[in-house]
Amino acid sequence: MPKVNGASLLRGLIGTAGLLVVLEAAGRLGAWDTERLPLVSTVLLRAGELLADPEFLVSARSSLTTWALALLVTIAIAVPAGLLLGMVKPAEVAVRPLIEFLRPIPSVALIPLVILLYSETTHMRITVAVYAALWPVLINTIYGVRDIDPLAKETLRSFGFGPGSVAYRVVLPGAAPFIATGIRLAASVAIVLVVTSELIAGGIEGIGVYITIAASGNRLDLMIGATILVGLFGILVNALLVAGENRLFRWHRARAGAAT
Amino acid sequence: MLELVDLSHTYGSYRAIDRVNLKVAQGEVVCIVGPSGCGKSTLLRSIAGLIKPTGGNVLLDGRPVDGSPENLAVVFQDYSRSLYPWMSALANVGLPLRRRGLDKKRREAAAMAALEQVGLAGAAAKFPWEMSGGMQQRVSIARALAYQPKLLLMDEPFGSVDAQTREELEDLTLRVCAHHGMTILLITHDVDESVYVGDRVVVLSKAPGTVVGDLPVQLPGPRDQIHTRELDAFVRLRAEVGRLVRGMTPHRNGVETR
Repeated sequence: MPKVNGASLLRGLIGTAGLLVVLEAAGRLGAWDTERLPLVSTVLLRAGELLADPEFLVSARSSLTTWALALLVTIAIAVPAGLLLGMVKPAEVAVRPLIEFLRPIPSVALIPLVILLYSETTHMRITVAVYAALWPVLINTIYGVRDIDPLAKETLRSFGFGPGSVAYRVVLPGAAPFIATGIRLAASVAIVLVVTSELIAGGIEGIGVYITIAASGNRLDLMIGATILVGLFGILVNALLVAGENRLFRWHRARAGAAT
Repeated sequence: MLELVDLSHTYGSYRAIDRVNLKVAQGEVVCIVGPSGCGKSTLLRSIAGLIKPTGGNVLLDGRPVDGSPENLAVVFQDYSRSLYPWMSALANVGLPLRRRGLDKKRREAAAMAALEQVGLAGAAAKFPWEMSGGMQQRVSIARALAYQPKLLLMDEPFGSVDAQTREELEDLTLRVCAHHGMTILLITHDVDESVYVGDRVVVLSKAPGTVVGDLPVQLPGPRDQIHTRELDAFVRLRAEVGRLVRGMTPHRNGVETR
């Protein structure tokens, strides 16, 4: 788990601020037509205003709901499936080729098909996002289960615990740090695919739809402003999940640290 | 209480143990010693029900064992792998007590009592990775004690700690197990340890492991790391076990046999 300390955070902020200042100066010095492509300061101002814009907020809430549901469905499918495939070797061997075939198919390529299958746009978007977000959770869960020390399981078995108890008391908590990492990756992937499906398939609400509408009105300031907000949301989610992992799985980091 | 009848196990074509016969009486401390690769661990895992032996029987109180028997606990050599890093020492010790159907309060009380017995009352809230190796193995021992098994299996339990801790843990094991009247089967490759800890030392041959010696240890108790180890009887018995482990012919004269 990446650990962010004060100094590296400060440097990152300085780097970002530096780039923004350079872009702002270049724009003001006439490096491009600011009527076409707005100044950095204009875009940032718009991004701030969007947070209070009811029309944008309706779209944002729609995207957020789609994203959250997609992530929940992903977890509900991929974690149990990963635990099963991780624990039952023959099952994993049987579905491995299928996974290797399905995994590289870009979720975006499925959008036309999924549009035909669903009348409800939210269901369509969730399906597209789940398809892409599934893999990191599934693969991480399988590896997490594999990583469990056989002796840890045998210890509980020797005390007379059955396979169900061993799965619940040893396999699940032992694999939890890996599962959490998979969910963190899936959270980012799901953001990308929710917005992508909104952009490609359209609809009434959603940030992707909002961006499309802004584009048709030639409002590059609103387009870029909305895009920046999506990016910031991604950073925020990632930071929260990393913080949660660091808190919950201190034991995992302590062990990994001791091993190196 | 424990009886092994022609116990054999093969992994593919590799014969790990071959027709091991052994009877252990209630309350006895039996040490099994043998050269490395003599199938000591296979023997223990068969008794614990972790593997199904390919031949022979394990009888507990006269009944054949199928799966992991009740009233049995194992202390493994590798405490760092056998303790759960996401649980405190107290939770680790209390976990097997779920099998005893105790509620949370009584589990914690029993776990705390066991930690006190191994001198770790103050470290109950610590996690295994915050403890030294010796402390972790004490937690493993406490976990087995709290479970109050009739039979305690120990697989090289002191093999991963330093020499001084090892002596402390040997004495601790003898003390608390005598207190509980537990039957212990301790597996070791250390000849000294087998004589010091055991009421009986059973020697296994090189693979395929089979019993080549079964020597009673008649040393005055309570044992003491300094005095017991300088007794003539200790020294002679140690030499005898050492010869057997190395596959040499037994030298019966010096050994006090029953």
